[in-house]
Amino acid sequence: MAQQERDPAEERQTDRSLTMSRAMVEAIAHEMREDDEVFYMGEDVADYGGIFDSTEGLLEEFGRDRIMDVPISETAYIGAAVGAAQAGMRPIAELMFVDFFGVGMDQIYNQMAKNTYMSGGSVSVPMVLTAAVGGTYNDAAQHSQALYGTFAHLPGMKVVVPSTAYDAKGLMHNAIRDDDPVVYLFHKRLMGIGWLPAPDGPKTPVPEDDYTIPFGSADVKREGTDVTVVTLGLHVHRALEAADDLADDGIDAEVIDLRTLVPLDTETVRDSVAKTGRLVVVDEDYRSFGVTGEIVARVAEDGLADLEAVERVAVPDVPLPYARPMENEVIPDAEDITDAVRAARGDE
Amino acid sequence: MYEAMVTARQYEERLQEEYLEGKQPAFDISAGPIPGELHLAAGHEASGAGVCQHLRDDDTVTAPHRPHHIAVAKGVDLKRMTAEIFGRETGLSKGKGGHMHLFDPDVNFACSGIIAEGCPPAVGAGLAAKKRNTDSVAVAFLGEGAIDQGAFLESLNLAAVQNLPVVFVVEDNDWAISMPKDRVTDVKNGARRADGFDMPGTRVDADDAVAVYEAAREAIGRARDRNGPSLLEVQVHRRMGHFMGDPEAYRSDEDKAAAERRDSIDRLESDLRAHDVDDETIDELRSSARERVEEAIEWAKEQPEPEPAAAHEDVFSNPPSGVTDSEPNVAEPEAGGDD
Ligand SMILES: Cc1ncc(C[n+]2csc(CCOP(=O)(O)OP(=O)(O)O)c2C)c(N)n1
Repeated sequence: MAQQERDPAEERQTDRSLTMSRAMVEAIAHEMREDDEVFYMGEDVADYGGIFDSTEGLLEEFGRDRIMDVPISETAYIGAAVGAAQAGMRPIAELMFVDFFGVGMDQIYNQMAKNTYMSGGSVSVPMVLTAAVGGTYNDAAQHSQALYGTFAHLPGMKVVVPSTAYDAKGLMHNAIRDDDPVVYLFHKRLMGIGWLPAPDGPKTPVPEDDYTIPFGSADVKREGTDVTVVTLGLHVHRALEAADDLADDGIDAEVIDLRTLVPLDTETVRDSVAKTGRLVVVDEDYRSFGVTGEIVARVAEDGLADLEAVERVAVPDVPLPYARPMENEVIPDAEDITDAVRAARGDE
Repeated sequence: MYEAMVTARQYEERLQEEYLEGKQPAFDISAGPIPGELHLAAGHEASGAGVCQHLRDDDTVTAPHRPHHIAVAKGVDLKRMTAEIFGRETGLSKGKGGHMHLFDPDVNFACSGIIAEGCPPAVGAGLAAKKRNTDSVAVAFLGEGAIDQGAFLESLNLAAVQNLPVVFVVEDNDWAISMPKDRVTDVKNGARRADGFDMPGTRVDADDAVAVYEAAREAIGRARDRNGPSLLEVQVHRRMGHFMGDPEAYRSDEDKAAAERRDSIDRLESDLRAHDVDDETIDELRSSARERVEEAIEWAKEQPEPEPAAAHEDVFSNPPSGVTDSEPNVAEPEAGGDD
């Protein structure tokens, strides 16, 4: 893995742009310098720097005690992070691909997520679980899921899904400082790794100083009056692309990036729908019982009168297929989003 | 055995060529005729061949994310496997599985890309054989990086207490992606883990296919005779990166060179020569392997790609009523909003 040369002079400029992975790493390094209790463990996070560059360069500065390669034992090391967190440390545990969650799931949803509640609030679990999500590179059903809804469905964990470098850094600072367990899901396609080219959007200017982005504050990435497109992760960029295409036809779409699923900023979404009257929810996770249904329900609960039309765009309840024509079929692209927007408007 | 090993090596050399097409000069994992990850097994051939030599079609094999050498040795349909890797409609899984997820029920071969998760299904195949009173056996292959995983250890225990006809084969190539063996286990001889379950454990060092063959005969024979499970650890070497595109910056040049030097194929070839097998026979085996490989690759490349709509099929063998195979048409306004 190519160790990127960092130019300190360049870094001091406030308008420097970073890839999403570098922005995440910058936040982690900052928190590790400030607080000796922060450490990172996972598979291939030390010498390799993370398969998706999520820890690139950290070993050199912090050494093996704080950037820990661990055996392939998700139950043991994710559970160990829970234990260390309960002992007052601030561990970050990386699950390389979110698809591997099943192996350590008991530690995630019965221990990490529930110990605060079951202890009547006397125990806190200040840890971060990071994982790479998403498809679009033909790696089939065990390495391509988004699973946003799974984690958001289970109570007790905050769930973060950044879509840009700026957000990734600010949200990571929060995640590490938060006294609760945070699941931080980064999309492989957004990281800016050489072998998995990113779209243009995620590389953004990133301030050098630390800053936080409050959880539960959705971001209006594009303002518009005709239809509200709500999404997250990679699909923020696909929705923006769709919005540009639609603008050519005089359709003005508002694009909302949820940024966190737990807590969920329902208000921003409702306000937008009150303005546009039409809601399109786009998700790279499975359609049923997931993010799209949740967003529609929340808007309907309090703003049914505002809703003229609803469309959902998501993976149609099939495991992710390997071959390209089939993967393209099930993962929503910009065209699927423009189609859904037109359908919501009742366009022919 | 030599033939299976040479076929596997040549097969993967051709896959490598095809994989890199469209990924040069800049490596983009999703470009080219074979997208996704590709884990090649050069240096692992002795274990697949030495073990599968003793297996019949009705014996079950579960393979991990590095499956080709085992699949070749188990007799998986080479053409349809290749078509699968190329993501074609006539592939083993109609293009739904890809290289880490090869399923060939005709020879009872299955894969999983999740570390150690092929072990429990192998135990299940052993359980079925016991319940049905047949003499078929099951073999689970895994890497040395997988032996810390609960699924492996729990499977050893279940197979032992149920006295099931299962053989666990650990391929020790010293590396789990970037993690050297000594950073993930203090037990250098993985076969010793068998002691904890009161089953026989054997380790074969030095990439010796003949020794693997002998040890596997013992373990598989034991399982077939209903004398219970065993563990076999085989020293192999990883001659390449973990996956195609792995720059291996974590690995020293000496280690790479050592892996290249210890080639089980070269070793078996000298063994054969020492037993008076002549050059002509060896050349014949090599060229017939090359022909088979070439034929499979050419055939696969001519196969059609799946229709996009096929993505909606096969979620269930027996789709519940109300579940359709086709996607609701979201773009159809007269349907009155979707669903
Ligand atoms: C449960 C799970 N954790 C992590 C991974 C990622 N992963 C894929 S291969 C691999 C290393 C496996 O090493 P080993 O078992 O020694 O097999 P080898 O690749 O060396 O053949 C890892 C960590 C995975 N696929 N599944």
